Amino acid sequence: MSGAEVLGLEVLRLESVRKTFGGQVVLRDVDLAVPEHSVTALIGASGSGKSTLMRCVNLLEGVDDGAIFLDGEEITDPRADEDAVRRRIGVVFQAYNLFPHMTVLENITLAPRRVHGIGRAEAEAKALELLDRLGLAAKAKEYPDRLSGGQQQRVAIVRALATGPRLLLLDEITAALDPVLVGEVLSVVRDLKEQGMTMVLSTHEMGFAREVADQVCFLDGGVVLEQGPPEQVFGDPREERTRQFLSRVVASGRLQG
Amino acid sequence: MTTGPAAVAKDQDGGGDDDGYRPSERRLAHEAYRRGRARRSALIAGASTLATAVVLYLLVVNSPGWEVTRKTFFNLDYARQALPEVLKGLRLNLELMLGCGALILVFGLLLAVLRTLRGPVFLPVRLLATAYVDFFLGLPMIICLLVMITGVPALRLTGVTTDPLLLGGAALVLTYSAYVSEVFRSGIESVHPSQRAAARSLGLTNAQAMRYVVLPQAVRRVVPPLINNLVSLQKDTGLVSIGGAIDAVYAAKIIASRSFNYTPYIVAGLVFIVLTVPLTRFADWLTARMNRRQVQGGAV
Repeated sequence: MSGAEVLGLEVLRLESVRKTFGGQVVLRDVDLAVPEHSVTALIGASGSGKSTLMRCVNLLEGVDDGAIFLDGEEITDPRADEDAVRRRIGVVFQAYNLFPHMTVLENITLAPRRVHGIGRAEAEAKALELLDRLGLAAKAKEYPDRLSGGQQQRVAIVRALATGPRLLLLDEITAALDPVLVGEVLSVVRDLKEQGMTMVLSTHEMGFAREVADQVCFLDGGVVLEQGPPEQVFGDPREERTRQFLSRVVASGRLQG
Repeated sequence: MTTGPAAVAKDQDGGGDDDGYRPSERRLAHEAYRRGRARRSALIAGASTLATAVVLYLLVVNSPGWEVTRKTFFNLDYARQALPEVLKGLRLNLELMLGCGALILVFGLLLAVLRTLRGPVFLPVRLLATAYVDFFLGLPMIICLLVMITGVPALRLTGVTTDPLLLGGAALVLTYSAYVSEVFRSGIESVHPSQRAAARSLGLTNAQAMRYVVLPQAVRRVVPPLINNLVSLQKDTGLVSIGGAIDAVYAAKIIASRSFNYTPYIVAGLVFIVLTVPLTRFADWLTARMNRRQVQGGAV
């Protein structure tokens, strides 16, 4: 919608995606296009299907109908190599999901070494460089349980970035953090946008979505009910449902109306 | 962050932070009260233990057959005579425990991993592993031993040992591998699915996720129950004597049948207890340490 074609290359595209869980329709008919170097924010009430959409893109869930394309290649094709697809997508989870038995450095270098066959020295050098950029170099040898939530989540971001993914999925990455720590994680996302990383993020931080997103998608009842630039979706929503959702969010203090 | 006694002690001697802290009257009163309660608890525990011991002692000593029992089961002369023989036999038990224990860990882990394999190719492997575990979980140890020790030589297979010790050891490995594989499997299933999801998201294959992410966490978690299995194995090595191998139990039996005095059995039993107590305490200590770590560790 928002000049996706004008921006050129399309990294991710969803066409009429349908996903049900035991008869319950979570995604009814979702269309979405994510241009290269853009940030797409998925908003919507809990249970509106934001996380499910992300899990489908990462092939952690299969879709019932429709298709998902990564760089023009259909990844929902049963013949597609799922591991190869996942190698091109980085994911950061709400609960960090760091590996508790590995140090920060081992967490980050696991995929580069075991999946991408990069040597230990090189992988560690790259990891340390990324950690340093996020101010976490001193924590390289620590185990995750010694870190604060914000630090753990930033390590999780580094881990997802370490393999040089084409697309980064951020699934409510600040939802488990207290307000003080939210800021340090969001500033990392801001930096990534500066560097041109293509990202899809689901969030309840409307102020942040408004600031960082190039397009905002409001998910409701299993469809993308409204989609557009943040100024339009937040400032002048066309749909009544969007308006209701946003006014509830404003009432809860998550967005300065 | 310091917690517990260390922090208290630091505060009591005037405050390591040098912030001029002096415990208040209220705190001193509370602590004095708690010390009083603790002393009282210790007294009660001591008294009740003593009373229980006295009652048990009187019960045993005043039983009608005590004099005879004492002579046949608790004879110091026979104990002195039996101990060296029992210890000589114990060597065999320890060798069996270590040798079989190592094999059991390998086979148990292998069985557990085989049962987690997905995909149509592995269906027969999965079925076989499941059937194996079901079979040997249900089969009484003693029957497995008898069948191995008497059945295998009866087959007259060339190149297959008829040594009752090796066959008995094989029976231990067969049975315990099934137990231990269930322990490993519960460990694998206790690793939260989000860990596997994170590993797969990074592009790791199923096998890689298993090897680098799931198994290391699973194995760590099941170390205490594995030690308990080891303790149990240590005792069951005594069963191998039914094939004629002279272990601690059999050595005791030889002396007992010579003298019609059962003290050697008591000696053998005590020796096993002395061996297992440190192991179970070690398992307890490990469990406690892991629980502490889990309390500290945050998410996942």
